[in-house]
Amino acid sequence: MPLLELNGVEASYGPLTALHGVSLAVEEGQAVSILGANGAGKTTALRAVSGTVRRGGEILFDGKRIDHSSPESIARLGIAHVPEGRGIYAELSVQENVLLGGVVRRDRKAVKRDIERALDYFPRIRERLKQQAGTLSGGEQQMLALARALVSGPRLLLLDEPSLGLAPTAVTEFFRVVRTLNQEEGMTVLVVEQNAKIALASTHFTYVLEVGRVALHGPSEELREHEGVRASYLGY
Amino acid sequence: MANFIQHVVAGLSNGGIYATLALALVLIHRATGTVNFAQGEMGMFLTYVAWSLIYSAGITYWLAFTITLVIACLDGAAVHQVVIRPFERRPELTIVMVTIALLLILNGAAGWIWSPQEKFFESPFPLDVITVGGVVMNAQDLGVIGVSLACVLVVFLFFRFTRAGLMMRASAVGPATSKLLGIRVALMLSAGWGLAAMLSAVSGMMAAPVLVLTPNFMLIVLTYSFAAAVLGGIDSPWGAVAGAYLIGVGISLLSAYVHSVGPELQLPVALAVLVLVLLVRPAGLFGRVVARRV
Repeated sequence: MPLLELNGVEASYGPLTALHGVSLAVEEGQAVSILGANGAGKTTALRAVSGTVRRGGEILFDGKRIDHSSPESIARLGIAHVPEGRGIYAELSVQENVLLGGVVRRDRKAVKRDIERALDYFPRIRERLKQQAGTLSGGEQQMLALARALVSGPRLLLLDEPSLGLAPTAVTEFFRVVRTLNQEEGMTVLVVEQNAKIALASTHFTYVLEVGRVALHGPSEELREHEGVRASYLGY
Repeated sequence: MANFIQHVVAGLSNGGIYATLALALVLIHRATGTVNFAQGEMGMFLTYVAWSLIYSAGITYWLAFTITLVIACLDGAAVHQVVIRPFERRPELTIVMVTIALLLILNGAAGWIWSPQEKFFESPFPLDVITVGGVVMNAQDLGVIGVSLACVLVVFLFFRFTRAGLMMRASAVGPATSKLLGIRVALMLSAGWGLAAMLSAVSGMMAAPVLVLTPNFMLIVLTYSFAAAVLGGIDSPWGAVAGAYLIGVGISLLSAYVHSVGPELQLPVALAVLVLVLLVRPAGLFGRVVARRV
């Protein structure tokens, strides 16, 4: 049974339909990417999972329907969504941002442990705990967003365009941590990316969305060699 | 000099009344993004509730005070859920109109329930004067200063050091992100409204013995508190509190030493100063611009 399963999921913003029956599956311990052009519905697919867009169809997490649950309840099930634009509380301190990741968890010991673990991954964040989060660079903010997500003790990480607006070195560093999380801790990851190259290199399986539908899917390794993917997303 | 200190103490006492209400205004502004013009009238209504508890039910002052705070908390949360949330996604101006409507409704309802006639509301503090080194101070003033400082301190500690306080601040500054972290944002905002209602109840109960209880008695307090909040920076709790004490002391000294400023001119002069300050510092004295790097 996949950890996350979407069956014929539709989603819309008012009169605008963004997803026309998307089906996909993410196995436990897998890293999966969703590729696609602007407006293909990548972000919407993640928002359908976390409940932050009006959606129809069937969404199962760990075998249970979540397509009628509120974003708050879905987050508490163990789905950590790092949204596009990172969703940092610019006015709060870096430390407060980190703490908020685990603020609703009952097991306070586990929170403490997860904070230490997250800060071990990102020493630069540990150095800046007292700083106002809005003063961090884009790369640091993306790290902070991932650190905060880890503090929630997630079973599934949803990452929305983490490479957006980052310097190439920051992108490499970020995905290095994502790969470590996936390969060494067995963290299940679903990542949406415009940067097809790094996404294909960091995941096991990939779905390509085109105007709200799954146009193509397969193991990331195979899609790297695929003519259409190369022409449209890799540019060679 | 002794006289001067006396006037400062009296000003700090009034400032404390403004400070608690100004803090409530700031909390709501941060949580909902609008000014709650009904904040003073919520305090007025709750002061009438306290009056009923003391004079109709015969409960002692501090017990009535405590019960009123509990009612205030529930009342504030109920107002948020029933009156404000249905307009959540509407333009700011719509919500402002709703709070003005609430102001008028509460004002009318209080007159209808308790009659518009003046009522006596007792002070919990003795009427004695205390003399310290030649300075004569009212116990009443010192008591009000103490209560207002305690409120400010408790609110500060709550927001700074508790998980609930952190969740409430997060819900105010980033509701969408907070939902993704599992925080029940609507509940947190209701809690903020509850806390603000408690502060306005304290403000009302402290002001009533000084001003005499009528359905209109909090309107002037609201005006000064609003001025204080804007003066200090409407998003800065510290600024609002500092602004309130500044206005309280400023008016007290003004009416003591500048004889051409009679009671009629106190409010206009205070507001003129406010306008001047805002011309120079639009964010208020203590308002800060959030640092952002893109």
